[in-house]
Amino acid sequence: MFRKTLEIGTSPHIISGNSTDTIMRNVVYALLPVAAYAVYVFGLAALLLLITALGACLLTEYMLNRWAGNPSPLNDWSVTITGLLYGLTLPPHLPLWMVFLGGVFGVAFGKFIFGGLGYNVFNPALVGRAFIQAAFPVAITTWMTPFTADRFAHIPSSTLTLPFLEPVYDITSGATPLALMKFEHHTTDVYQLVMGMTSGSTGETSALLIVLGGLYLIARRMMDWRIPVALLGAVYILSTFFHFIDPTRYPDGLFMLFSGGLMLGAIFMATDMVASPITHAGAALYGVLIGIMVYVIRVWGGLPEGVMYAILFGNAVSPHIDNFIRPRVYGTGKKRSLS
Amino acid sequence: MLHSMFSNHLPTFRHGIHPPQFKDDTKDKPIRHFPFAPVMVIPLAQHIGKPSVPVVREGQEVVRGQLLARADGFVSVPQHSPASGIIKKIGRVPGITGKMVPGIYLEPFPGSSQEVMEGRPVDVETATADDIIRAIQDAGIVGLGGAAFPTHVKLKIPEGKHADTLILNGAECEPYLTTDHRVMLEQAPDIMTGLRYLLKATGAPRAIIGVESNKPDAADNLRAHIPPDLPVTVELVEVKYPQGAEKMLITALLGREVPSGGLPIDVNAVVVNVATCAEVGRLLPRGRGIQERVITITGPGVEKKGNYWIPIGTPLRYVLEQAHAAPDINRVFLGGPMMGTAVSSLDIPITKGTSGVVAFRDAEAFARQNKIYPCIHCGACVEACPLFLNPSKLGILAKFKEYHAMASEYHLMDCFECGSCTYVCPSHIPLVQYFRMSKLVLRNEKAKKIHV
Repeated sequence: MFRKTLEIGTSPHIISGNSTDTIMRNVVYALLPVAAYAVYVFGLAALLLLITALGACLLTEYMLNRWAGNPSPLNDWSVTITGLLYGLTLPPHLPLWMVFLGGVFGVAFGKFIFGGLGYNVFNPALVGRAFIQAAFPVAITTWMTPFTADRFAHIPSSTLTLPFLEPVYDITSGATPLALMKFEHHTTDVYQLVMGMTSGSTGETSALLIVLGGLYLIARRMMDWRIPVALLGAVYILSTFFHFIDPTRYPDGLFMLFSGGLMLGAIFMATDMVASPITHAGAALYGVLIGIMVYVIRVWGGLPEGVMYAILFGNAVSPHIDNFIRPRVYGTGKKRSLS
Repeated sequence: MLHSMFSNHLPTFRHGIHPPQFKDDTKDKPIRHFPFAPVMVIPLAQHIGKPSVPVVREGQEVVRGQLLARADGFVSVPQHSPASGIIKKIGRVPGITGKMVPGIYLEPFPGSSQEVMEGRPVDVETATADDIIRAIQDAGIVGLGGAAFPTHVKLKIPEGKHADTLILNGAECEPYLTTDHRVMLEQAPDIMTGLRYLLKATGAPRAIIGVESNKPDAADNLRAHIPPDLPVTVELVEVKYPQGAEKMLITALLGREVPSGGLPIDVNAVVVNVATCAEVGRLLPRGRGIQERVITITGPGVEKKGNYWIPIGTPLRYVLEQAHAAPDINRVFLGGPMMGTAVSSLDIPITKGTSGVVAFRDAEAFARQNKIYPCIHCGACVEACPLFLNPSKLGILAKFKEYHAMASEYHLMDCFECGSCTYVCPSHIPLVQYFRMSKLVLRNEKAKKIHV
C-alpha cells in the first residue's frame, strides 16, 4: 500500500528557519530608514547617489557572476547591503560617475576576486569608499550643507559632472563636525549630531536611526552586539579619559560617539559577519581594536575621520583573531567551572 | 557550580539548541501492545560489536524468548526469539543502511498463546557484580536510547577505575520521541529494580536520574517510587538539545567534563538510559531475554500515533500499516529527527536500537530542499556546538579536503554528530554530513596504514 521509493537524507532531518538571505534582507530593512532620512536631509543628490551606488554594485555582482558561471548571485541580498552602505558613506553630492566607479571597484576587488560572498576579507563597501578616497581625495572631503531649501528641486551640478571631469560646486559647502573639531577646535552640540542636522556623508548624519536599525538587528539576533558595544565603548572610554586630562585639546566622549561615520561604521560595517571574528571573545577584541584605531586616527592622525581605515584594519586582523582566540574544546585543557 | 548559586536555572550544559518538541501528540498515550507480524526479520548484529552466532537451524520450532543466536565474545550480545514460531530461513536480511546483512526470518505461529520462556532468575542480593554483568549480556540488553551499545560492556568497570555515580538518562531530548517519558510514567517499579542491579554491577554508591523539565510528571512519579533504602535522586535538567548525550548529561548533573577521547568512567560516571534500566529490572528477575521494546510511532504521516511495545524484528511496513500511516508517506526515519536514520526501504525491521518511527508525507517534506549559501561566519554553529568545536572552520577545511588538520587542530574526532550546527546554519551547509565523511576518510586511511 505504500509507495516504493522513499526519500533519504542524512540527519538532522529538521533544520531551523534561519536563512542567509533572510539575515541579509533584514539588514537591508534596517538600513532603509537611514537611507530615507538621508534623502530627506540632502534631497535629490542623495537619492541619485544611492540609486547609482546600488546600481553599480548590483550590476557588477551580476555581470561578474554571470561571467564566472555562478547562477543567481543577487538573491542572497548581500550585494544590496554593500550597495546601500557604500552609498551611505559617500558625500551626498559626489559626482555620480565617481560613485559608479567606486561601486564597481568595491564589488570587483573587495568581494569577487576573493571568491564572492563568504570569502571576502574586507567589507566591500569600504573597499569601494577607500578607492574613492585614494582616487578623488578632494571630492570626497567636500561636504554639502544639509537641509538646503531647494534640495528637492535642484540637482547640484557636481552630481551630474561628466565622467573624468572635475566637479564644479554650486552649493554651499559645510564643514563636518569632525573637521570643525580637528581644524578649528569647535565642538558641535550632541543633540544636532543625534538628530542628523549636520554636514557629513549621506548616511552618517542621524545617529538615532542608525542605532534603531542596529537594535532591530540585535533583537532579531542577526547582529553580534558585542562588536558595536566594544567599539563604541573603546572610543568613549578613550575620549573621556583624554578629555579629562585636557578638555581644550581633546573632544568629549559623547561628541566622539555621535560625530562622523562612527555609528554607521560600528553598527553596520564592522559587524559584517564575513569580515569579523566568529567567536564572542574575538568579536569583542575586534571591536576594541577598531575603536582604538578610530580614536588614534581622529585625534592624532592627519585626517579628521578614521572609521573607514580603522574597520579595514579590523577586517585584516579578523582572521588572525579567529586563529588566536579559540574556545577551549570540551574535555580538553584546563576545565572551567561549569553550570 | 558557582553559577547555580546566583540563579535558579536548571542544571544544564553550555551551548546547544532548542528545536521544537513535537511531543504533544504521543506523550499522553499509554504504551499499548502490538500484534505479531506474519514474518519477523532478525538481524544478527543489532548492536555495536561482533554479530551474534545462530544456534537454531532452518525449520526449527522456537518459543518466544528462546535463544536464537549466541553472543560472540564480550562486546556482543545474543538474540532471543521475539515470538513462538518456526525459523523459515537463516541468511541475509535487509539492514538499516539498506544493505543486506546476516539474519534470521521467523514465522510466528498464528494461534500460539505467545507465552514467554523464562530462564534462571538472577537474585540481586546473592549475585556478584560479574554475575549481574553476565546476566545482562545473556539477556541481550543494549542501550535502548538509540546507540545500541551492549550495556554490560559499560557496566564492567575497567581495572584501576571506579564509579562514584550511576546516571540514569531520562532526558529524551530528541524531538517527537516519548518512549522514555512513558516508561518513566508506567514502569517506575521496573526502573527501581533495575537500578539495584546496575548499582551492584558498577559498585556506584549512588544514582541520579536526570529528566528534562518538560516531563515533571515523570520525575514526580519516579520520586514517588524510590524505595527508602535506594540511594537515588531525581533531578530536572534544562530542556535543551542534546541534553541526553552522555557527556552533556554528565556535565549538567555532575559539573564534570569527560576528557576528549575518553569515556564517562574517566570521570567516575556510568550513564544508562532509563528504558534500558527498566528492561534490566524486568528481565533479570525472571531470567528472560529481550524480545520487544517500547517505540514511539508518530509524525504527520501517521494516524494512530502512540507508544507501543513492538516485538523486535517487526518489519517497518507492518508497523506503519498497523499505525494507519498514509499511503503517500515519502520520508520515514528511525529514531528522532536530529540523529535518526532515514530509511530507504520499509522491509527493514525494528531492532533493539529503534526508539521511534517518524513518518512524513509529501506535503510536509520536512528538511526542505534549501539553497546552500557560502558560510557567512555568522557564528551560529559555534554557539550551538555543545563541545565548543568550530563547525564553520571544520566545514571550510572539509571542503578543501584538509582532513588531517580537521582532526589534529580542530578536534574533529570529538564530534558526536548531534547535528546542532547543521540545524542552526542559515546557509544550510550540511556540516554534520561533511564531518561524517571526513571521519570516514580518516578511519579508512588509518585502516589502510595498519594493513601495510
